[in-house]
Amino acid sequence: MKASNGLWKDLLDGQISAQHAEEIDTFETEIELRQQDKVDEKIFAETRLRRGTYGQRYDNGQRHDGNKSQTLAFDVKQSKGPNTAWDAPGMQRIKIPYGGVNAEQLEVMAELAEEYSDGIVHITTRQDFQLHFVHIEDTPSIMRRLAAVGITTREACGNSVRNICGCPYAGACADEAFDVTPYAHALTRFLLGHPDTQNFGRKFKPSFSGCAQHACGLAAMHDMGLIAETREVDGQTQRGFRLVVGGGLGAVPRQAKLFDEFLPAEEILPIAQAIARVFGRHGEKKMRSRARMKFLIEKWGMEKFTAEVLSERAKLKEDPRWTEFLAGAEEELETPKRPPGDLPDGSGDDRYSHWIKTNLREQRQPGYVMVTVTLPLGDLTSDQTRSLADIVREFTNDTVRTTVEQNLVVRWVSKADVPALYAALDKVGLSDPGAGNILDIVACPGTDTCKLGISSSRGLAAELRTRLAEKSFQMDQAIQNLHIKISGCFNSCGQHHVADIGFYGISRTFQGFKVPHFQVVLGGQWEENGGLYGLPIVAIPSKRVPDALDRITEMYLAKREKGERFVAFVKRIGKGPIREALDDLTIDAPTPEQDPNFYSDWSDPRQYSLGDIGKGECAGEVVTQYEFEMAGAERMVFGSQLHLESGDADQAGKDAYDAMVRAAKALVLIQYDDVSNDPDEVVEEFKERYYDTEIFFDPFAGPKFADYFFATHEQAGAPFTTDSVHHTIEEAQLFIEAVHSCYNRLRSGPVAT
Amino acid sequence: MELQHVNVKIFVDGDLPVDPEQFINVFHTWTAEQSCGELLIDVADYRHVPAGPGVVLVGHEADYAMDNAGQRWGLLYNRKASTVGSNEDRFTQAFRAAASACRRLEDELTGLQFSRQEFQLFINDRALAPNVPETLDACRVEIESFLQSLLGHGDATLTTEPEPRRRFGVLVQTDAPLDLAQIAGAKA
Repeated sequence: MKASNGLWKDLLDGQISAQHAEEIDTFETEIELRQQDKVDEKIFAETRLRRGTYGQRYDNGQRHDGNKSQTLAFDVKQSKGPNTAWDAPGMQRIKIPYGGVNAEQLEVMAELAEEYSDGIVHITTRQDFQLHFVHIEDTPSIMRRLAAVGITTREACGNSVRNICGCPYAGACADEAFDVTPYAHALTRFLLGHPDTQNFGRKFKPSFSGCAQHACGLAAMHDMGLIAETREVDGQTQRGFRLVVGGGLGAVPRQAKLFDEFLPAEEILPIAQAIARVFGRHGEKKMRSRARMKFLIEKWGMEKFTAEVLSERAKLKEDPRWTEFLAGAEEELETPKRPPGDLPDGSGDDRYSHWIKTNLREQRQPGYVMVTVTLPLGDLTSDQTRSLADIVREFTNDTVRTTVEQNLVVRWVSKADVPALYAALDKVGLSDPGAGNILDIVACPGTDTCKLGISSSRGLAAELRTRLAEKSFQMDQAIQNLHIKISGCFNSCGQHHVADIGFYGISRTFQGFKVPHFQVVLGGQWEENGGLYGLPIVAIPSKRVPDALDRITEMYLAKREKGERFVAFVKRIGKGPIREALDDLTIDAPTPEQDPNFYSDWSDPRQYSLGDIGKGECAGEVVTQYEFEMAGAERMVFGSQLHLESGDADQAGKDAYDAMVRAAKALVLIQYDDVSNDPDEVVEEFKERYYDTEIFFDPFAGPKFADYFFATHEQAGAPFTTDSVHHTIEEAQLFIEAVHSCYNRLRSGPVAT
Repeated sequence: MELQHVNVKIFVDGDLPVDPEQFINVFHTWTAEQSCGELLIDVADYRHVPAGPGVVLVGHEADYAMDNAGQRWGLLYNRKASTVGSNEDRFTQAFRAAASACRRLEDELTGLQFSRQEFQLFINDRALAPNVPETLDACRVEIESFLQSLLGHGDATLTTEPEPRRRFGVLVQTDAPLDLAQIAGAKA
């Protein structure tokens, strides 16, 4: 697309490592081969994914304009993957290991955003950068320019080892056991392109945390979470890690399970290699929805998984890199540019004082602080990015990191420089207070750019942020401390499971029209590396979510006990009363004539998927039955949560299962109104009518949600544990959503009779 | 020197008199109608970013944006696809597309008025046009010729972008007002 694409290779000659240069040349050749139809589209798709080059919304060449689906008439008919138009804009993900970036790299990022994207540098919830609306033919130039400043996009997506996350405060935090940075760096070097990491059925996400109590690295929700610890051996302090494995969010979240209480630091590379080999060899390959490591662990149990990994470890041939890559790990990595100082007395400016309170964090090194640069929705402009590079150079020795809360942290700022640094940030619109509090809302791309987005997570986040900002100074501290996280769908890229108040996008049908909704997720915990996962309690129409948030926070403020955290409050009063307080927001929808705005999403005036709705008059009675059954299913799945809260895991599991049966029956009723309540019959009819015909299959997830139903049915009658019933409730909720989706798809065409 | 990916930003006259949310609605309508010369794909909302791209109408061959970079609202036309012809032809094409979009917005949003005397012209490609004095030396004649055609005279002040990390471009200020409607309607 860019006329200069042929120039960068020569312009950057000698500035890119031979290995990176060769990899990018190879990728460029693969692009050319695909254009000539000499490479299969599926193979090319995985190839580009492994270079971080992703698809984006509307890349199937179709876009709904609010009234009808329109074909986007791209000139070139070649595809860059199944059902993916060559010319459709895509997303380029850029890996930033442990979020570590320097001023020069920021400057290049700014240039790339301007020249190839839309002028916005976006930071993700896994510390990557992303550029949107990028043309496939420009990606080799992007990669060359990144490689020239030491960044690779290799394995940023696809079935590979993804960006290795790390605590952005590492090395400067007073609470950490030690600086995890060198270990994250070593693991990144070791696993990148390693032959044992090339045969996964799904992605593999590692993360490092310096302590157990904070959330900065979110180790508990990673495939491989490493939490720094020390122990005394013969009077010597030994470094190691508490290793947890098999965590993950996504549609079916799992907390990572303990693999080793204390893995000596020199063992992390070989153990990681052994885990990769076991996962590559035994992980699911055909059924994508069961291919993450968490499912292998679930299938085997931790005992077998651990035994297999240790057995594999024992067989590994000694690799000198295991220790070479850790050389110097215990040395201080970063140095300050300026001498330590004291924070000057406040200027009396409320905003500055607020910023000091929320955006500064003491370093363990006296006289220094870390400054969080709060980015709305993880976005900053190219001009801001360049200015930030200047600020980083002026006040520090190039010490800045991205965070999992989609912000940036400038490290090693002398306290004496804080007013000047604030002024510099303020000048370019980067001085927003509220880091890590209720204003600092995390959101995935959602319907803005993601192919899987159901509702506008960024639109909702922007709206909530605007409303909350207006009253932030008056907010009680307990409310300010809350974390809000929003995903555009159940896949949890916005990490809604570990928020105090999470939301994820779904759709519902009112009066024959689709309405964007968000499930309210409560019970999650951000601290302790994302220590608890919340569950959905009720679906709220998108335009009523701000009201729902107000009610939840007001209730918390009114009924909390002194010093009670939100997660403890939810546990104490139970989800029932909270849901009750929100129930009226789910009913009495206005008609489209009364309030068309209700039928569109935030920041998007198009009527929400209106054109997908068919108007089959003969479906009237069936719709009533369907809706009746689905309302019952939703009540039951919520009831199962109440049983779980009260400690009755068996009843909770039974209710969740019954909810699935009832939802399946709702669909069966559309075709066969004599179906009984017998679960075996419901399963049989559902399978024959919706599974074997693939009518139920999700356009992206395929049979995944039906498989949850069948698996639960097969185990009906078996006892539930607290752990297992949590999963069953999640799966029941997802199955119900899938039934809604299937029903909506059916209504878009002639209704079967 | 072949200059591709020409960008033109025509500033709003004075303060922005409308809520930027209205640009989202307008751009969605343009997309539904496919009413520009380019294939229009989507609308991106960056109102939450200070001094940012504002609201972007993403197209295949070009983007249109109500851009607030430098805290100055304006209609930005960002040509992404290469075009044939001379550099002057490319300046003209980009300016006409921008002028046409400005006129439509003025018609559709009451009170919105674009400047007739000030706009930016820049090249969104650092390999083709690094922001160094030599670039201006190499294309000054073509820029002046383009302005002569546009204005009917050469009375314009050109100010180059002083920050070397930013893209090469010039701020054009004229004494006599441009006729955007006439320029937008002119045949290529």
